[in-house]
Amino acid sequence: MKRKFFSSLLFVLLWLCSAAAQSPTQLRFCLHSEPKTFNPLLVEEDSSDTVRYLSGGVLVRLNRETQTLEPGLATAWKTSKDGRSITFTLRRGIKFSDGTPFSAEDVAYTVQQMMDPNLHSAVGDTFRSGEGKTETKILSPNKIAITFPAPVAGLDRLFDQVSMMSSKSPKREMAVLGPYYVAENKAGAYLILQRNPNYWKHDAAGRQLPYIDSVRLDIQQNRDLELLRLERGEIDLVNSIDAEYYEKLKSEKPVLAHDAGPSLDSEHIWFNQVPSAPVSDYKKAWFQSTNFRRAISESINREDLARIAFRGHARAAVGIVSPANQFWFNSKLQSHPFDQKSAMQRLQKDGFRLQDGVLHDSTGHEVEFSIITNAGNKYRERMATMIQQDLAGVGIKVNVVTLDFPSLIERITRTFNYEACLLGLVNTELDPASVMNVWVSSAENHQWNPSEKIPATAWEAEIDKLMRAQASTLDDHKRKQYFDRVQEVAWEQEPFIYLVTKNALSAVSPSVANAHPVVLRPQVFWNVDELKLTSEVAAKR
Amino acid sequence: MHRLAQHVATIVITVLLGGFLGATLVRFTPGFGVDEAELDARRSAASIESIRQANRVDENVFAFYVHYLARMARGDLGTSRTLDRPVAQLVGERFPETLKTVGLGLLLGWTLGFALAVPVAMLRSWMIDVTASTAAGLLLCIPAAVLALLFVLVRAPGRMVVALIIFPKVFRYARNLLVRSADLPHVLTARAKGLGNFRVFLWHILPNAGPQLLALAGISVSLAFAATIPVEVLCDIPGIGQLAWKAALGRDLYLLINLTMIVTVVTLIANSVADLARPQRSAA
Amino acid sequence: MKRARTGAIGFLLLVCLASGIAGLLAPSGYAHQFRDIPDAAPSRQHWLGTDDLGRDRFSRLLYGTRVSLLVAPAAALCSSLLAALIGGIAGFAGGWLQRLVMAATDLFLSLPWLFLLITVRALMPLNVAPLTSVVITFGLLGLLGWAAAARVICADARSLRNADFILLARASGVSGWRLLHRHLLPNLMPVVYAQFWLSIPVFILTEANLGILGLGVSEPLPSWGSLLRELESYSSITANPWQFAPLLLFIAVVSCFHLIVVDREIPA
Repeated sequence: MKRKFFSSLLFVLLWLCSAAAQSPTQLRFCLHSEPKTFNPLLVEEDSSDTVRYLSGGVLVRLNRETQTLEPGLATAWKTSKDGRSITFTLRRGIKFSDGTPFSAEDVAYTVQQMMDPNLHSAVGDTFRSGEGKTETKILSPNKIAITFPAPVAGLDRLFDQVSMMSSKSPKREMAVLGPYYVAENKAGAYLILQRNPNYWKHDAAGRQLPYIDSVRLDIQQNRDLELLRLERGEIDLVNSIDAEYYEKLKSEKPVLAHDAGPSLDSEHIWFNQVPSAPVSDYKKAWFQSTNFRRAISESINREDLARIAFRGHARAAVGIVSPANQFWFNSKLQSHPFDQKSAMQRLQKDGFRLQDGVLHDSTGHEVEFSIITNAGNKYRERMATMIQQDLAGVGIKVNVVTLDFPSLIERITRTFNYEACLLGLVNTELDPASVMNVWVSSAENHQWNPSEKIPATAWEAEIDKLMRAQASTLDDHKRKQYFDRVQEVAWEQEPFIYLVTKNALSAVSPSVANAHPVVLRPQVFWNVDELKLTSEVAAKR
Repeated sequence: MHRLAQHVATIVITVLLGGFLGATLVRFTPGFGVDEAELDARRSAASIESIRQANRVDENVFAFYVHYLARMARGDLGTSRTLDRPVAQLVGERFPETLKTVGLGLLLGWTLGFALAVPVAMLRSWMIDVTASTAAGLLLCIPAAVLALLFVLVRAPGRMVVALIIFPKVFRYARNLLVRSADLPHVLTARAKGLGNFRVFLWHILPNAGPQLLALAGISVSLAFAATIPVEVLCDIPGIGQLAWKAALGRDLYLLINLTMIVTVVTLIANSVADLARPQRSAA
Repeated sequence: MKRARTGAIGFLLLVCLASGIAGLLAPSGYAHQFRDIPDAAPSRQHWLGTDDLGRDRFSRLLYGTRVSLLVAPAAALCSSLLAALIGGIAGFAGGWLQRLVMAATDLFLSLPWLFLLITVRALMPLNVAPLTSVVITFGLLGLLGWAAAARVICADARSLRNADFILLARASGVSGWRLLHRHLLPNLMPVVYAQFWLSIPVFILTEANLGILGLGVSEPLPSWGSLLRELESYSSITANPWQFAPLLLFIAVVSCFHLIVVDREIPA
């Protein structure tokens, strides 16, 4: 009797296993909009970026967990001493998803395409450090040297973002080298990616990756629906969830919720220091004063922002670099303390004085300004409201104005008709080269005072010098010294008042094995080729 | 026939005017021609300038509109900036979805609204009136987003939300019209003569309230179209409403001109049909 | 029936009174953040708990009621009067004037007015008091909300023009102002009423939706719209029941309006 039971149990188990082995497995998750392009060089928004990550093959891959570079399509690479050129040795015998062989010619083609000034590729822009042509020299079918017109800082890492395209395949950008290829695209509804039969990577046991046969990406704009579908088991993961939902999951289905700790993304506030801005002169004088900015910074209770606005899933920000960026973060810096007494002293140095609870400047004007932020972002709305109360503590009246994104962008990039702005920076890259266009004073994204002809202040001139120095140096430790100093100057002057660093929160179904969410994008599926679906779920599908 | 021609002419002129006014509104709204990509820290100055150049409309609105109409006449509706796809293709894909939503919503909303308004007018039941009015009031008070979310939670089809948005409006107007018609002297006379409820309604009340009900029917079409925006956005139905929302947030000029024209056409046709269906006598 | 009406009036008076003396009734200011107890459950100090920033929900409800009850009916009145005026004139005049006005109305219905709202917001200076921006927003809603009603009212006026009792009045020499005042307007009123009561809740909700575009009430001033917006996300709709208090009050007040009107509209 007992024996019969066991044998039947064994039979059932075997059957389940074989069913699991045979039935194709599918990983499902959502995109929030349709991907705008499948050309990896033109990728800008999140959805296209996801498709690029799943399908594109890159020469070198930044391991999102260890934050180190690993070989991809290239087995070895070497940057020249002057930082202008790099030589890649390519893996042999690799084919694109459609069977077209991959060679150095394709690398040359991709780089030439990317650097074409008429393409306006955002990835290409990261390589553009000087005027001139980029040269590609094919040394042999599996060896290529690429020379840029000027030294490019952190050159090798930048190739993590460059998906190789085929120069010969009739399928053009749809022929890929990554773990999956786009097999079906129902515009506005879903995308199906099938495993690339020619993917080069194998696991330790010699089995070809990826383990999961296909990926289904549903286009789902509404985040609430996405979360409901996760709970119903219709999708397997959500790359980033908000703090409230994290708390809800934590109490109801704790296995799903993941908090990977501080991410690279920070929220900050800045004052408009544009000399030509349509803001009254006495206000411009406040905004241009270091004492004023430092005082505002010290009057904001960052711990409270993190604890209340983000439900504790954030921490007080330190400066330009998030502590999550292990190598580049200047560990000597601390976040600015909440100290309204010290803030008052700084304000008094500039001639501000408190009268009946209202702060007046040296010319007798009451201190009042507005903070604009984008409407619909509840964290920013909350932070702005909390800052409003914090600054009331030093007698400053703050008006919170929420604007829709296009109006906000117009104000901060064209009309400069605003006083202070609360916004976040999304950082995808670790290297300081990625923030050149923010910190160099002549850059467009130097938001507090964009496109300065000559640096407006001594400290901006110093930052310019340091940023240029780090960009033209190859030795990472030397670069770090320069960049550490940039972080210090920015910390002292606070053109951006950094508020909080958000945690990377995500949700993954327990049926997805091998998932360990990290802080770098794409948080959950960065190791998609190694993800597995547990047999039970696979059999059900 | 003459009336029909008049209606068609009115529709054509109004639609052209609608497209122009829509274009003007969009063109002068702050944030026109800006692109989120400009804030991308990777971008070089040259590449930001090129994005700005691509989004610029240099001509004045009128010249632009005339050129655009010429292009339209050749069958080129332009390309959506936010979705990077031809407008004709986008609208073609999504219009049937919205028609389904609107059709179902109107059918259900009217059935429900009318089914409740008639007994209120005929039976003078205070109970039915208060209950139905309260239900209608309740539906008016619940934000569309909450309603849509509730439907999603119980896995009901999102299209029904349109019906619940239409119902209270139809009910309120229809109820007031019918009640007033039921109080008219000739209806009272008919009743006094001992005519049954059904006959009174069919012969005396309905003909009297007819024109206004037809006007209401025309209006409810445009109300239903307006309701598709929140419903499609929140329930993720890939229709025109969702498209309109995206276009509005992205200041997508070509898409918005077309959508304004479509909505104008639908509104005008619905109202013209309502007008034409009215007996000639009253139009004389 | 009478009792229900009295009850409704009593309730409305109570709500108006309570929001009127919110300053005396509210346990704390609507903007004060009790940062140690965000999202707290109801307690003796905070009757309806606190919101996500630790502000007292009961106080916010009181002040929010004051804002919405003042501004929304005013906007509704404005749009109803406009609708009656435009629809009425077109209907009574008939002919080409009616066709023109109705075509314009249809056009008005189809235009993307959202952009006008965004533009107006941009034209206002950034440092305006929250109350000013609410008044402006509702003012615009009042000015823009007449079109749908005007169409129905126009149809109504047309049929009235041809109605027997008007012909009778005309035949007996009543004309001009007296005709309008004594015979036409009273008969138009039910539809105008319907429009008025419909638009109050619609405007309040529109304000909540405009908040997503940053056009509603600005922080920290509460309004029903901003309080209702809290319910619009999945993580909160399933949470604490006391969060639904604003919705309940809103529904109760609108239902009371309806009760009073239902009674006035059906002559017993």
